[in-house]
Amino acid sequence: MSMHYFANPTRFNRLAGRIQPWAGGLAAILLVVGLYMALFEVPADYQQGDTVRIMFVHVPSAWMAMFCYSFLAVASAVALIWKHPLADLAAKASAPIGAGFTFLALVTGSIWGKPMWGTWWVWDARLTSVLILFFLYLGYMALWQSIEDGQKAAKAAAVLALVGAVNVPIIKFSVDWWNTLHQPASVMRMDGPAIHPSMLWPLLIMALAFQVYFVALLLARMRMELNLRRIRALRLAERSS
Amino acid sequence: MTRKQRRLYIVGGFMLIFASAAALVLMAFEENIVFFYSPSELAQKSEQQPIPPGRRLRIGGLVEEGSVQRDADGVTITFRVTDTVEVLPVRFRGLLPDLFREGQGIVAEGTLAMNGTFVATEVLAKHDETYMPKEVAEALKKAGQWQGDDE
Repeated sequence: MSMHYFANPTRFNRLAGRIQPWAGGLAAILLVVGLYMALFEVPADYQQGDTVRIMFVHVPSAWMAMFCYSFLAVASAVALIWKHPLADLAAKASAPIGAGFTFLALVTGSIWGKPMWGTWWVWDARLTSVLILFFLYLGYMALWQSIEDGQKAAKAAAVLALVGAVNVPIIKFSVDWWNTLHQPASVMRMDGPAIHPSMLWPLLIMALAFQVYFVALLLARMRMELNLRRIRALRLAERSS
Repeated sequence: MTRKQRRLYIVGGFMLIFASAAALVLMAFEENIVFFYSPSELAQKSEQQPIPPGRRLRIGGLVEEGSVQRDADGVTITFRVTDTVEVLPVRFRGLLPDLFREGQGIVAEGTLAMNGTFVATEVLAKHDETYMPKEVAEALKKAGQWQGDDE
């Protein structure tokens, strides 16, 4: 199956419509299971006590914040280079979702930081680079809105998305490259996870829940955008006839 | 070369150049991105160029075992911060975060006094990336397998 098989919007719309309710349902089940485990089954941490439960929302949000931006950047590159008709759509649809996850990561991080570190916010490399990521999402969305011509807007937004992509490895490695208040990675690290399995599994379930939720939201937003474009085209045709 | 290939090379080249530029900028600003200095880095810095008293800076390290002393007034505390090589005495008046204890990582903001003591205006706790239940931590300690930094 070639990359251009789903370039046909009707074909994509039909398939996306079929996947979307399953993805939404699966995300809901995983979220309920994951949250139950995180809040009731997971033991308190040896140092942080019950505060550690914030991790089960904070860490998946932060992962998704970076994943959504990587997705946005790859989709933008595909749109720029191969001009795939769905790539712009996918990039545009993923931005508000990524911004939402980034916001969630920043807020839960702040709520976690106050009792553990003793501060809501510091300007260390990790926190600052994630704040920049949030502004990149907002800038990307604003750029789409500010240019009327859809094709020009898509091109400008795609260039911005690619420029911002350098921030993703900076976020990931900020805790290794510089002294930060934020601790280094616990799960994705060379020596294997530094989290006890009783806490790691619920965390991975929550991460999967967020990932599947992203798929459901992305498909919904892409279909909405396709329908909007169709309405616009129909209106234009009506006016000219 | 097809137009797609040309676009691929343009985008790839642009990304490469932009990433190198970003890397150079980050390396140039390394001094400002670092959130705190360890006692060793501080000693090295003041050797090169004495740090003027009153200059605000942040230091970080572990609270040395057995070094925490509370003054009679109950709110002033003195302790030593170590990176296992250099040691820096710290004085602080105020509220400490819950995680503050001997062996714990901390970051303190303040100024260096004339006598070499660091007078902190804010003390933040830093924790590591290890998470485990209390029982597991107890069991590890009992078995002598403990690799953590506290107690």
